Formats: sequence, C-alpha cells, structure tokens
Amino acid sequence: MLVWSRAGRAGAWAVLALLVGVIYALPAIIIILASVTGQWNGVLPSHFTLRHYANALHGSSAAMLRASIVTGLLASALALVNGSWAALALRNTRPLPRRVLDIVFFIPSAVPSVSVGLGLLVAFSRPPVLLNGTLAIVFVAHFVLVSAYSYGNVSAGLARITPEYEQIAESLGARPWYRLRHVTLPLLMPYLIAAFSLSFALSMGELGATVMVYPPGWVTLPVGIFGITDRGAVFDGSALTVLLAVTALAVLIALSRIPIKAAQR
Amino acid sequence: MASLALPLPGRRAFRPGGSWIIPPAAVLGALFFYPLALILGESFAGGKGAATLLNYASVLTSVQFASALWHTVVIALLATAGCLALGLVLSLILAFIPFPGSRVLARVIDTFIALPTFLMALAFTFIYGTAGILNASLMQALHLGLPPLDFLYSQWGVILAEVTVYTPFVMRPLLAAFSLVERAEIEIASSLGAGAFRIMRQIILPAAVPALLAGGSLCLLLTTNEFGIVLFIGAKGVVTLPLLIYTKAIQEFDYTSACVLAVINVCLSLSLYSLYRATLSWFGGRSAGLV
Repeated sequence: MLVWSRAGRAGAWAVLALLVGVIYALPAIIIILASVTGQWNGVLPSHFTLRHYANALHGSSAAMLRASIVTGLLASALALVNGSWAALALRNTRPLPRRVLDIVFFIPSAVPSVSVGLGLLVAFSRPPVLLNGTLAIVFVAHFVLVSAYSYGNVSAGLARITPEYEQIAESLGARPWYRLRHVTLPLLMPYLIAAFSLSFALSMGELGATVMVYPPGWVTLPVGIFGITDRGAVFDGSALTVLLAVTALAVLIALSRIPIKAAQR
Repeated sequence: MASLALPLPGRRAFRPGGSWIIPPAAVLGALFFYPLALILGESFAGGKGAATLLNYASVLTSVQFASALWHTVVIALLATAGCLALGLVLSLILAFIPFPGSRVLARVIDTFIALPTFLMALAFTFIYGTAGILNASLMQALHLGLPPLDFLYSQWGVILAEVTVYTPFVMRPLLAAFSLVERAEIEIASSLGAGAFRIMRQIILPAAVPALLAGGSLCLLLTTNEFGIVLFIGAKGVVTLPLLIYTKAIQEFDYTSACVLAVINVCLSLSLYSLYRATLSWFGGRSAGLV
C-alpha cells in the first residue's frame, strides 16, 4: 500500500476511475449503443433498434462473418502447427543458429501488415505460383501475420515446462514420437491454447494485409466494416464491430476454460 | 538412483537434429522472406529489368513521402509517450493502491490487446467526431451553431486512438515488474516517514525502468506500423507510411513506388524491432512476457 490516508486512496481511485472510464469504458459502451441506434440526432440516440444486427446476420454481412471465422481458424491452426514445429525443433539446435532462427521466426510480427500484403501481391501475381485473386492468398497473409505469435507462445511455454517429465519418460524407454505425443504436448497444452486463441483474435481483426490482397467474394469483417462505415452506414458498421469483438472474445474465453489435465506450476 | 533421469545408453533421445527446423523455416521463407525479397527487387527494377536508383530518387524527393515520414514519426513518438504516461499512472494505482477487483480490471484492460485497433477509431467518431456526443453536448450547452472541437480529424485523433489501443502493451510488463517489488520495502520506507512521491521516485520507478523501456520500444514499433486507426479516422492530410503504401498500390496501381516505400518502412520497423530486442536482452530475456 503506497498511500495510507483515506483521502489519498480515494483520490487515486477517482483518477483511475476517470481515466479507465473515459478511455476504455466509454468507447466500449458507445460502440454498443451505436449498434442498437435507430436515430441519433442530438447528444444521445433517440430511437433504438435491433435492425443493424438483423442486417449483420443476413446477406453479404453474414458472408463476411463467415469469411473472417474460416480465415481465422485456418490461419491460426496452420500457424500453430508451424510455430510449434519450429519451437520444438529449435529446442535442441546449437546456441548460435538457435538465437538467429529465434529472431527469424519473430520477424513477421515486426513488419507492417500492409508491406506483408504488398509482398504477397508482388510475389504471387507472377509465375511460378499464381495466388492473386484466390482465397489462398488471404489465408497465407493471415498465416504469416499470426505465425510469430504462435511461435512466441509455444517457445515461451517450452522454456517454462520442467524437463524432468520428459527425461523420466525417456529413461523409461518412451520413443521420441510417443514422448512428444504423451508428455511434451500435454505439458504444452496451455501454451498451445493461448497461442491459438491469440492468433484467432488477431486474425479476426486483421485489416492492413487483407485490404491489399482480398479477392472479391472473400471480404473479411474488418475490410467489410471499413467499406460499410465509409459509405456512411456507421450503425451497421458498429453492429458488425460488436459481433467481431464478441466472436474474438468468446473464442478467447471458451478456450481458456478448457480443463487441462497436466496442469503446470 | 541418480542415473534414473539420464537417457539409457543406446537409445536415441528425441533430439530433432538440425534438419527438423527446415520444414517450418522453408514455409516462412517461401511465404514471408521470398515476398520481401521481391519487394526489394521490384523497388530497384520497377518491372523494367535493369536495376536503378531512380525509383528511390523520385520517391525520396517527393513531398508525399516527406509528409508521410514526418507524420509516421511524430505520431509514433507522441503516441508512445502517451502510452508510457498513461500506462505508468494506471499500473501504479492498480499495483500499489489496490482495491477489490483491481486484478480483474487489469485483466479487462489487457483484453483490449486482442480487439481490432479500428474499434477505438470507430468509437471515437461517435464520441469526439463533428456529430459526436462531446460536440453535440457543447453545442447544446453553449448554444453554438457549429461543432467547436475538430481535433479528431487531425493527427491528434490518431494519436489519442493509438494511446488507447497500445497502453495495455506498456501495462503488461509494468504490472509484472511491480508485482516483484517487495511490499515490505515500501511499508518500511513509509513507516520511516517517506512520502508517496519519494517512495515512487526511489523504490518503484527504478524497478520500472526495464519494463518502461521494453513496453515503450514495443509501442514505438506498433505505432509506426499502425494502419487500421489511420485508415478509419481518415483525417485529411494525415497520411503515414503504411497508408501511403496502400494508396500507391491499391488506388494508384503504382507498385514500384509502393515497393520503394515498403522497403523504407520495413527497414524502419526492423530497426525499431532490433531496439526492442536489444532492450529485452539487456534486461534479461523475455521477462516482459511479450512477443
């Protein structure tokens, strides 16, 4: 306790309440309010409606939601496999190449997403591989952008799990593949889940690379929301933003509640 | 039984040799590094074949580039400063003047990391926009004919939105560092008569320096790369490097200029990323708990 006087503590909490209220709570409340607004001419909306949510679940908006969820699931799953593979393989590499490769696997998170999109556009609009205008280029963009987060979470997890279990399994004669499946991966499970859910949430909100590469017919939610609000349908855009945030958070929360057998300290 | 934990002789341990790293590295190489290399090639060749620096000369001397670079740097620096200030104040109160629910509140603020950045930009148009709550209230209260506040559609709107979005990235390492500060030390200092500000200056802030540097350099990187907020606020004249790349490539089909700009932007981002990694390793690994 840093401040002992009652008044001092109350003052600090008032500052906190004001800052968090204005900076975080107000925008969150306002976007939810806007998503149910029928008419907003004065200070606050005068009519409320669920029409924007009805719009969001029909036609092109529903297709956007589906495109975002499919892209997020696929890209996160592929990034999880690739990132876990890399983290596991790097565990026993010699120190110098290991440190270099560790940085290499983190670099995609440091490059601006628009440039990642531009690179894919330049690289896959020419032979030998033509992906421009296909769904695959969107999946690839999302995969690249979330891959560092998957790798980072899994390698952080590998650094934290105690090696004794694996050593004991090894000394009892467990073959490498058996040990990976029954010892290492279960121990890593919390980190794998965290990696997947963070990747999914980031993919759901990805805009910079997608806006560069998306083909007609595979408009993800952020790209669609930008188009809709740019046309002036701000309340429809708000309803879709709320749906996007709720989907991302629901996946995060649902996955964090999966009971994990090999709980780790 | 000390030998129990040792591998049995003759049985190969699961030591995936050097070759196991090849498949994931090849995937990343083909999908990420190969496109980056082509951007670099395209920036020199411009689709015409012969390598030339003329593309760079024409881009670097353009007013658009100078303005975009200026906006990118100013927005990143000011937004990072804002994130550090706000993150420090919020973390100090949450960690050292705790109340029932302060941990939950810290977790809730942390979840903003997972939300799309443009959410804030969109929310801000309803609050601070020309027809937003703030302007409407002021017009009603002061009987004004025109909205008095117009800061949202300037770089200040972008900065405010970025501060909101990226402050959790500063709070994460700060709260981790604060949890390691010995509470007894603070109570002893306090019982010996040190005031709150002296304790902050002499005990808490020295412990927070690594976290502030790590969080700050990460914020600098993320705000330099930010695209969604700038696009959604759509302030006239506020064009950053990522937005200029998008405009050049998608709206003007000028891929060569876009590639030149992308090379510059990627170099800027990679140097900021090296700064971040250097800060982390200087202060002992990934203790900050960030990517």
